[in-house]
Amino acid sequence: MRVIERLVLAVEKPLKEAIWDCQMCGQCILHSTGLSCPMRCPKNLRNGPCGGVRPDGNCEVYADKRCVWVEAWEGSQRLPVFKSHIHHLQKPVDWQLQGTSSWINLLSGRDGKAPLGWSPHPALPQRGRVSEGE
Amino acid sequence: MTSQSRLAGLLREGRFVVTAELSSSDSADPEATWRQAEVLRGSVDAINCTDNTGAHVHMSSLAAAHLLVEKGIEPIMQLTVRDRNRLALQADLLGAAALGVRNLVLMSGDDVTAGDHPEARRIYDIDSMQLLEVAAAMRDRGTYLSGRKLEQAPTFFIGAVENPFAPPLEFRPLRLQKKVRAGADFIQTQLVFDVRLFAHFMAMVADLGLVGKVFIIPSIGIPRSARSAHFMREKVPGLHVPESLVARLERTPQARQAEEGVKIAVELVNAVREIPGVSGVHLIGIKWEEGVVQVAEAAGLLPRPTLSPLVSAGGRG
Repeated sequence: MRVIERLVLAVEKPLKEAIWDCQMCGQCILHSTGLSCPMRCPKNLRNGPCGGVRPDGNCEVYADKRCVWVEAWEGSQRLPVFKSHIHHLQKPVDWQLQGTSSWINLLSGRDGKAPLGWSPHPALPQRGRVSEGE
Repeated sequence: MTSQSRLAGLLREGRFVVTAELSSSDSADPEATWRQAEVLRGSVDAINCTDNTGAHVHMSSLAAAHLLVEKGIEPIMQLTVRDRNRLALQADLLGAAALGVRNLVLMSGDDVTAGDHPEARRIYDIDSMQLLEVAAAMRDRGTYLSGRKLEQAPTFFIGAVENPFAPPLEFRPLRLQKKVRAGADFIQTQLVFDVRLFAHFMAMVADLGLVGKVFIIPSIGIPRSARSAHFMREKVPGLHVPESLVARLERTPQARQAEEGVKIAVELVNAVREIPGVSGVHLIGIKWEEGVVQVAEAAGLLPRPTLSPLVSAGGRG
């Protein structure tokens, strides 16, 4: 591993783990998920909650933990910016990036690379009473 | 490769459709699957073959779906992202298409901890939303997720699920909208017991302009006994069974509980039919195909309509 990446990781990893319980997927979308890390979801869902969320808002798998996506939804509504990003269709995880620095991957454009068969989607048109914000 | 989904045809003709769930088989003998399916023949338009439902191992949904195709009964193949990575999912989708399967329902799946192999490794390589996109890309662009071309693209009618009753409630219609964008043609919902909450959900869906863009089919459960209602309430993830319903069955003498369960289901069918944007019902009698037929009959859903003869019924065409 290059020295620069090791240095960046020395800052990024403990910081993000302490604040967001970051799982180091290397392709951070925290701003799209109300600052709730979706990789903490036992099903690694990056596009919204599963159907198993308990009536009290806790996780289907861990009854004593709040659903990551309930927190993501609430968090996204509190964000001053990026509010609408929770509606973005997130591309499949690139598991090759696990453990690498998402900061470097962001700057290098590496985390923006989607599989060739993945179609980029235009921004979501919204209307009606369920407001998207932004 | 030219046959189309009959279910899609009926929905596009504006018919109110009826689907049901096949009890999953634990038998190496295909007769077990066929016996269950024969009970439903003629009473429903298509039959869901579940994928390790409740995270319990059963015969694969692909095999069960193919067994139905062989008998001229239209299957809806469920596929979860819990047990397969993106390679296996695409391989099974293409294989299903070649075996005559036209309808899909793609979902995350109950977690392994809910099932009989809680120590299993969960996969979740891609999520349900991404699987919808993958199936749509195979169909519409004729490529795998990698971008590599298929020799012949499948013709899928793509379904997804939504649970209108699980938090965060305000996000659920938006998530459904996201599924439509990802490629869902129809939605089967979680079991509806709370009609008022479901109507509220449908109003939000309509507000998003989704009525007419996606067919929404609520699931109606047919409790066979107070005990089965109690089980659903306590043990099934994401299911919200009101205490009053369990109590109503408990007040009923045991010999008449099944009859009361059918009555409850018919009431629910009649209630959801009135809600704008509802395109059909998905009847679930847990290990009880006869209950499905009784509900379809009592709710006035029989006989099932036939489609124009140009469209073949599920075969390889």
